[in-house]
Amino acid sequence: MMPDLGNYAVEVISAYGLSSIVLGFLIFTSVVRNARVKQRLADAEARKDA
Amino acid sequence: MIKLFWRDVTLAVRSGGGFGLALIFFLIVVVLVPFAIGSDQIMLSKVAPGVLWLGALLACLLSLDRVFGLDFEDGTLDLLATSPIPLEGVYLAKVAAHWLTTGLPLTLAAPIYGLLFNLDFEVRQLLFLSLLFGTPALSLIGSFGSSLVLGVKRGGLLLSLLVLPLYIPTLIFGAQVARSAAIGQNFEVPLVLISIVSLITLAILPFAAAAALRINLR
Amino acid sequence: MALTWKLSSYWDKFWHLANPKVFMGWSSRLLPIIIVMAAFCLSTGLIWGFFFTPDDARQGSTVKIIYLHVPAALVAINGYLLMFIGSLFWLIRRQHVSVLIAKATAPIGMAMTAIALLTGAIWGQPMWGTYWVWDPRLTSFFVLFLFYIGYIVLWSAIEDHDTAADLTSILALVGCGFALLSRYAVLFWSQGLHQGTTVTISDGVQQERISDVFFQPLLLSMAGFCLLFLALLLIGTRTELRARRLKMLELREQML
Repeated sequence: MMPDLGNYAVEVISAYGLSSIVLGFLIFTSVVRNARVKQRLADAEARKDA
Repeated sequence: MIKLFWRDVTLAVRSGGGFGLALIFFLIVVVLVPFAIGSDQIMLSKVAPGVLWLGALLACLLSLDRVFGLDFEDGTLDLLATSPIPLEGVYLAKVAAHWLTTGLPLTLAAPIYGLLFNLDFEVRQLLFLSLLFGTPALSLIGSFGSSLVLGVKRGGLLLSLLVLPLYIPTLIFGAQVARSAAIGQNFEVPLVLISIVSLITLAILPFAAAAALRINLR
Repeated sequence: MALTWKLSSYWDKFWHLANPKVFMGWSSRLLPIIIVMAAFCLSTGLIWGFFFTPDDARQGSTVKIIYLHVPAALVAINGYLLMFIGSLFWLIRRQHVSVLIAKATAPIGMAMTAIALLTGAIWGQPMWGTYWVWDPRLTSFFVLFLFYIGYIVLWSAIEDHDTAADLTSILALVGCGFALLSRYAVLFWSQGLHQGTTVTISDGVQQERISDVFFQPLLLSMAGFCLLFLALLLIGTRTELRARRLKMLELREQML
């Protein structure tokens, strides 16, 4: 399954690994922050209407 | 406007902030450099033009938060905003005062400090020239940064964070002028380029800074 | 006459899209589509690139890094451009969505710049024998990174939303000019330094003709990164819009 990366396996894998970490972190924080703000806004709107 | 300029100059001189501190800071940086790099005379004279430029640039940062900061706190800036002088003019007067009390002394000091690194007369001459054309840009950009962070409490660190990246073009050309003599290239091109940088900043930043001031005074 | 009327009505319609409520509406409908497309392009492009492309004769398997490096760099630069445009339109038209788009762009652009720098460094080690060279392109990317940081820090430093929006917009406009200036200054600086002796850098697309085997997955991956950027941007802008509304509601509660 894994392609033969030759002498540069470490480099290629670490490049993909690091990038996915950064991207994953970025996506994770955006989604979490979005959910949190959404929830808090819903609460605030509910308080306002009450 | 001219009165404002002289007022700022005298204030800076009296409080001793502009003149003294920046020069002493510059001197300390210069003295620290050999400790970091080693006492090898040849190597030192190689890096000296760049180091002197960097030192002058950092020394220039020191007094930036005072450019508008004090006047903003005690309300003078509000008065100035209602005065007939446009804020662009206020900015230019402030920049001129800052340059006279910081940029010019640094420019004069750099060739003398150059003696410590065993720099040739020609290199020191170019150092002087490049700082003469470059420090106005440093004052212009720095004061613009100062106008941005007016409303921020303890904005000093933020100010240097914003301003330092903007200093990059000036530093590149300025240090290039000073270095070019040492590595035997012609210095006219970077000298023209650094003057262009100064002129561009002079043409654009007054409006940006005045806009920032107006927003902060709102 | 009729044409100008038609154009101006389109123009109005375009700006109508930036009304916060309208924006929330169309962005919530568009977002799932973009997410699916981004996931598809990104996974296909990267898997194709990683598993099913041959090694380059000269660069070996490191050529696979290109599927991350080039798209990230592309998005990083255009992100700054978008920030510029968003800030400009905020200053001209005072539409909150446009400045919030700029605000949401900054962290994404910064992350993309970081990816481009990191993958570049990892790629540089086996190819040039060093993680970092003070080459014009690398250096100007580093400068771009610093500009993103400055913009984000200024946003977080100022309390009042509108003041922050105005000041960061001014910074973005001025910063864009200085970023361009730095780009050319850096070019000059590095040439001046090692004339003739510089390592010639083959950065893929621009300097070498790249063969189709590599180019097709690269294209997919570039599309994937752009779509991912768009998806994150919409999410971010929606978050910022909500955060702004939340802040207003909380302020009102405090006053009552």
